[in-house]
Amino acid sequence: MNDFGDALAAAATLVVSGNPELIEIVSLSLKVSFSAVLIASVIGLPLGAALVLFRFPGRLSIVVMLNALMGLPPVVVGLIVYLLLSRAGPLGILGLLFTPYAMIIAQTILVTPIIAALTRQLVEDLWTEYEEQLRSLGAGPFRALPTLLWDGRFSLVTAVLAGFGRASAEVGAVMIVGGNIDHVTRVMTTAIALEVSKGDLALALGLGMILLALSASINAAAFLLRDITRYNKRSRTISPRVTKWKT
Amino acid sequence: MENMNTSILPLALNNVSFQIGEMRLIKDMTCEFNTGPCTTVIGPNGAGKSLLLRLCHGLILPSSGNITWQADEAAVTTAQAMVFQRPIMLRRTVAANVDYALKLRGVPRNKRQDRINSALSQVGLKRLLDTPAHVLSVGEQQKLALARAWALKPEVLFLDEPTASLDPAATHDVEEIIQAIHNEGTRIIMTTHDLGQARRMADEVMFLHRGRLLERAAAKEFFAGPKNDLAQAFLQGELLWWRLGKDNRRLENDD
Ligand SMILES: Nc1ncnc2c1ncn2[C@@H]1O[C@H](COP(=O)(O)OP(=O)(O)OP(=O)(O)O)[C@@H](O)[C@H]1O
Ligand SMILES: [Mg+2]
Repeated sequence: MNDFGDALAAAATLVVSGNPELIEIVSLSLKVSFSAVLIASVIGLPLGAALVLFRFPGRLSIVVMLNALMGLPPVVVGLIVYLLLSRAGPLGILGLLFTPYAMIIAQTILVTPIIAALTRQLVEDLWTEYEEQLRSLGAGPFRALPTLLWDGRFSLVTAVLAGFGRASAEVGAVMIVGGNIDHVTRVMTTAIALEVSKGDLALALGLGMILLALSASINAAAFLLRDITRYNKRSRTISPRVTKWKT
Repeated sequence: MENMNTSILPLALNNVSFQIGEMRLIKDMTCEFNTGPCTTVIGPNGAGKSLLLRLCHGLILPSSGNITWQADEAAVTTAQAMVFQRPIMLRRTVAANVDYALKLRGVPRNKRQDRINSALSQVGLKRLLDTPAHVLSVGEQQKLALARAWALKPEVLFLDEPTASLDPAATHDVEEIIQAIHNEGTRIIMTTHDLGQARRMADEVMFLHRGRLLERAAAKEFFAGPKNDLAQAFLQGELLWWRLGKDNRRLENDD
């Protein structure tokens, strides 16, 4: 128990003092996961909406497949990307294995189905509401797609956040394709795994604290964003806070 | 009205039926809509009034028979607009709702602002310009839907119970708006449950019952005394299913 107390104290010191190694690891984690989520959103948001708007043979199988892929095990993704990028693999000449790019690729594969599947669900609900009006105005699927993504943006944030949660928390894929190389591909989750196995609980705990704080604050920010926009929407007609205080 | 020189009317329905599964919801309807009058479609709940408007507007396709306009498809789409029984608001501000419709029709940005302003002041929603549309009351939404359709300056405007959930004052407002739109040369085809409204607005009346067009007449003649006995009963406020149950002859005729 004392071990734990000591580790916690040491971890706090590391965080507060802005330990350079810690900062390096945290910033690489953020870069990798943000990039992956960005790419996955660019693919997944339109893909999810397109699955609602366009009717083509095989559409349902894609929907079912996307939903199944939401639960893709990270280690399996890691393994596949490893095989693709390894020197003997089809993409071996790119020389991406054990670089942050490989990690971004793996996390993108992991996150895209999540964002696409959730987007499809949310956009479908909105489309049921909008369909007749948009068709009446003469909007074809290509015009309807950006409209639905834009009008659904506040709920779609949730889909993107779910993707980010997945990306920043997984360890299996980045471990395999990144190799957890110090100063090159070491991110928070792989560092935690390593430090724990070495017995250096302080760094592991420090990273764990940051990881927790990070996911909490991103979710809080998204929640606030929704709340602020909701409040603004209502404030012109009724202002709930003012009426409460006046009575 | 932007396509005044190339009118898309007359609209002709030729033996149009619409069916879902085994249910025939619109039955062998043949009629024509020319330029000019304001047509009101009346009939009991479930008669097929909304379906008729959807068919005409092109939102659903007939199961058999055909619907023809006097222009190609692109012109037909841009020359008409529809306001739905339940107003559908985009999750945007009041002004952006109108703006979106204009943008889809390819109205250039510098002209859109004027059209938005005049459409919104016409329905008295100018002060709510920046309010998100979905916080409006149902009546205000109804007016916004009208403004949005009107801003498009359609040649034909379909209105599905435009005053269904409005109070008497708002109903009066909306009727005036529709009248103004009509006066500008837009062909109005509307449904209503409000017989008083049909009297006030309609030049001609179509009476639908169970998916059939039973009578079509000039409004004056229709309200003076409809020829069809079901239409008579409807005007007197009788329950049509009750008559139907007692009257076997009619049951047989009705498939
Ligand atoms: N998608 C659908 N599936 C099955 N039945 C439908 C569908 N749409 C309409 N109907 C049926 O078709 C009939 C006509 O519907 P419609 O909405 O045109 O009636 P209406 O005359 O507009 O009635 P109301 O006055 O209540 O608006 C109704 O009995 C309805 O149940
Ligand atoms: Mg109806």
